[in-house]
Amino acid sequence: MCTLEKRGNLFLLTLTGDNEHRFNPDAIATILSLLGQAKSQAKRGSVLITTGHGKFFSNGFDLAWAQASGSLTGAAERLHQMVESFKPVVAALLDLPMPTIAALNGHAAAAGMMLALSHDYIFMRKDRGVLYMSEVDIGLSMPDYFAAMVRSKIGTSAARREVLLSGKKIRGEAVALGIVDSAAHDSAEGVVEATVSLAEKLAAKKWNGDVYASIRKSLYPELCEILGLKATIFATPKL
Amino acid sequence: MCTLEKRGQLFLLKLTGNGEHRLNPTLLDNLRSAITQIRSDPSSSRSLLITTSDGKFFSNGYDLALAESDPSLRVVMDSKLRSLVADLISLPMPTIAAVTGHASAAGFVLAMSHDYVLMRRDRGFLYMSELDIELVIPAWFVAVIRMKIGSPAARRDVMLTAEKVTAERGLEMGIVDSSYGSAAETIEAAIKLGEEIVRRGVDGYVYGRMRETLLKQVLHTIGSNESASNRMRNSGSKL
Repeated sequence: MCTLEKRGNLFLLTLTGDNEHRFNPDAIATILSLLGQAKSQAKRGSVLITTGHGKFFSNGFDLAWAQASGSLTGAAERLHQMVESFKPVVAALLDLPMPTIAALNGHAAAAGMMLALSHDYIFMRKDRGVLYMSEVDIGLSMPDYFAAMVRSKIGTSAARREVLLSGKKIRGEAVALGIVDSAAHDSAEGVVEATVSLAEKLAAKKWNGDVYASIRKSLYPELCEILGLKATIFATPKL
Repeated sequence: MCTLEKRGQLFLLKLTGNGEHRLNPTLLDNLRSAITQIRSDPSSSRSLLITTSDGKFFSNGYDLALAESDPSLRVVMDSKLRSLVADLISLPMPTIAAVTGHASAAGFVLAMSHDYVLMRRDRGFLYMSELDIELVIPAWFVAVIRMKIGSPAARRDVMLTAEKVTAERGLEMGIVDSSYGSAAETIEAAIKLGEEIVRRGVDGYVYGRMRETLLKQVLHTIGSNESASNRMRNSGSKL
């Protein structure tokens, strides 16, 4: 369901299979484990690119699995379980000691959009794929860390309204809204290629990954607080 | 190290000499004394402050070489700069930074602590250098950055890519209000803008209180550390 490849400096995390890449407990555990692997193998110049196969980057939590519990309380419990267990995935990405880039091969909805937003850079395809916070349409409330992520990464009140309250399926306008960095790429290969190009530029800086992660966390204090992430202090600058 | 001049209703604070104007304890003390002098001037409620510098640098940040020889000075410089920035935020008059040279790290923060930032575009950049020199960015620096830079992507570019921000990029990001062809033109424009603002006849005390209210969060973050407890309007402080 998910693989981690190493290509020189780059870690490529791929959500595999031509399906919706829904986040159920197994998928979440796998992603978390692979991020742990990337972290342990990180060195100066490492960069992570996350992408997927098929029409979807991810369509969010596995609501079918939640409903399969057979009761309303059971479904609510399962959903709550997924919401809680996904938090460490977001935390792991914020804590990752290397720059991170999401190469959106297709649709990113709800928790899938959260996964995308958890990266430092987001590139989208021009020819396919939407960003969609579906919660308002399907009558789900927003976990606190989802809202904090939107506040942290999306700057204007108009853009936040479009994302959270409008139920819109957002395409190329995501660039003007300040949600993604680029939506100019044709095909899945095209968007991955573009992210590899950016990754190589970032890798060439050979930054200290721990310092990078620390500065990243200080950029998002509210979100880090909710996720229980602390910044660590260093005192030995390169003069 | 710094001089204070009065030209009509304008106070001109200048970091002197052709060096890097590193914010060591002595320079920080001198700057605070100058601010105290300005505050106690009887005409200060109808005045304006312009801060500028000689030479290639506005300020290249803290004196890291000094801190290397005596690590306790790192805390001292941080305390003193917090106090200086808090003083600038509570200053009962509008403030303009005429950036005529490079402003890095703490120097960049000093520039951003002014209401208006005018910059030369022929040379020089604003640079949050920490990532490149393997230092983390203190939470209160981030608060100042957030005050001046609204877009999450721009904040990421400044902090997480250590971009060398030219005046042109600064204009795009909203850090810089206007840019000019040379150092002399920048200072001239600052004086002209200063005179225009003063002509409007704003009550400095009201202005200062409004700025404090607007930047309440920033003041809170500056103050949230025991070493900054003497920051507010404490002109007699030894810090």
